[in-house]
Amino acid sequence: MFWAYLLRRLGVFFLTIWLAATINFFIPRLSGQNPIEQRLMQRAVSGGSVQTGMEEMIKEYNRKFGLDKPLWQQYVTYLGDVSQFNFNYSIGDYPRTVTQVMGDAIPWTIGLLGTATLMMFGLGSLLGAFLAWPRSPRFLQFLVSPFVALSAVPYYLLGLILVYFFAFRNQWLPLFGGYSPTAVPQWSWPFMFDLVKHAVLPAASIILAGLGGWALSMRGMMKTVQGEDYMLLAEAKGLKQRTLFFRYGMRNAILPQITALILSLGYILSGSVLVEVIFGYPGVGSVLYHAIREFDYFLIQGVVFTVVVAIALGALILDLVLPLLDPRISYGRA
Amino acid sequence: MSNTELSAGQPPEAPEAPTGAMRSQGEPVTGRNIAPQILSALRHNTALSLGVILLVGLLLFSVVGAMVYDVGKAAPLSALPGRPPGGDYPLGTDQQGRDMLAAMIAGTPLTLRIGLIAGVLGTAIGALLAFVAGYYRGFADTVIRTAVDVGLTVPGLLILIIIAITLKGNITVDQVALVVASTAWLWPARTMRSQVLTMRERIYVQMAQLSGMSGPEIIFREMMPNLIPFIAASLINSIVQAVLASIGLEALGLGALDTPTLGMTIYWAIYNSALLHGAWWVWAPPIIAILVLFVGLFLLSIGLESVTNPRLRRAA
Repeated sequence: MFWAYLLRRLGVFFLTIWLAATINFFIPRLSGQNPIEQRLMQRAVSGGSVQTGMEEMIKEYNRKFGLDKPLWQQYVTYLGDVSQFNFNYSIGDYPRTVTQVMGDAIPWTIGLLGTATLMMFGLGSLLGAFLAWPRSPRFLQFLVSPFVALSAVPYYLLGLILVYFFAFRNQWLPLFGGYSPTAVPQWSWPFMFDLVKHAVLPAASIILAGLGGWALSMRGMMKTVQGEDYMLLAEAKGLKQRTLFFRYGMRNAILPQITALILSLGYILSGSVLVEVIFGYPGVGSVLYHAIREFDYFLIQGVVFTVVVAIALGALILDLVLPLLDPRISYGRA
Repeated sequence: MSNTELSAGQPPEAPEAPTGAMRSQGEPVTGRNIAPQILSALRHNTALSLGVILLVGLLLFSVVGAMVYDVGKAAPLSALPGRPPGGDYPLGTDQQGRDMLAAMIAGTPLTLRIGLIAGVLGTAIGALLAFVAGYYRGFADTVIRTAVDVGLTVPGLLILIIIAITLKGNITVDQVALVVASTAWLWPARTMRSQVLTMRERIYVQMAQLSGMSGPEIIFREMMPNLIPFIAASLINSIVQAVLASIGLEALGLGALDTPTLGMTIYWAIYNSALLHGAWWVWAPPIIAILVLFVGLFLLSIGLESVTNPRLRRAA
């Protein structure tokens, strides 16, 4: 049973990745234009300093892509390259490779969005659990409607509003960037403080926009758990409220939240695009934005493919790990 | 629900909203006219009437606006650049000389159009696939289910980016809608398939089968009418997601560059660093329009839920 499930799950995983690679390969070719040539021509026309690298680049592309070879052969070569995370050179940032450009950006994104997602998960779950708890303070009930209203705003638009009020009107926090232009990246307290200061607004816009959703789903689960017999028994035994709340209530209600958390961790790499653009944060999202603006095709393909792999991997790990967290789930289901 | 990572903040697999689908658990709907019900519901149902008021208001704004205001000024260089609101320009102008009020009047219906085209297409294709997969099962089901599983794993925005970038430069508003629709069918297909699966085991469907009705006949005459509340909820949700996705694409500059849709307005605001110039009048109006649209659709779906699902009515 387990092996059949594992096999099917792995099948979907590889199918997803293959599909992403194939879309990446064929859609640009279906359009009938050659984005690489276009881009290089554009560069050549604007001329100047890049001119020296041009010849070399064109040679490299021709060799690399075997543009004279039949399509299927190009496709096979492409799949081989991609499976080793080899996406060629960045056109806009030549002679750096796509992998190098992304390597610089990924830690920023994971740092910002990982922290924000975890905080949102923790705060949202706690808030939701309190909402469903009959003996929680009244003011919490009033707290939730603004958050639910906020979750109707796309978080990148919320970001715009936050920047305006907290960075432009009142210069409490920096307007944009991952760290001050004058700062030198290093492991020191002042720099860390600078780093955190720059992360506050983007993180806040993600958290504020998402908190309502997390709280509502947790509230629903907590309500269900409260109806269970074991809650009644636990209360009859005279257990402390705190124990009831955390060990009996939240422990049993939090599983679907964890599922959602692991899935949303997979979405981190792509979810950041617009927030990073608005805040000029040097992560994967900004890389993608500039790649689109400069028509850096390889970089776009690299980012898209990497993100898809990250998400597919997240979903795969989740499906394999979940039965460990909740013994009631068996592998056979699916 | 949130099949695009645009809603990264929220749990991607947020539990499905309790929609009118519950209704379909009961007896089949006969051809009963629900129009009078809706009218009376409008009077008693605050959510529904508020939602309708917001949406109608948004429509009126652009329809009446287009009649009394010169929409031509939405084009660049048609007004003095960088003017704050007031005087000749009630909502000010941006750095490239667009009149913001004209841009809002001309752009709002365009964004609505994208949402409608992509939402309707997505829901229709999704429903069709759901019925084929859920009713006929077998090989078709395996293919469709796997396609949906795989498609939902890949973040929609990224597929859209790859498609949109190959069309870049000469894309029209309708093409943006079609690009968005290309992933909009996934979520409706998944949710409706599970509805169809339970529905095909109902007695009345089995009766229809026994009485010799053909597959398509059963789907359209027996099952479809019972799924209408669910399809309506799915449609509203698809429209919201489509508008979100289109704004996401456009904010990255992958829309119709020469049109003033809400997303493109935001793109130009970011492009011209309106934020650093303190030109709040450039980015605030599109955000407000988007908010009105989303809150209106949200209230509409809540309101419709209690019309189609009487069990919710007392609680609301």
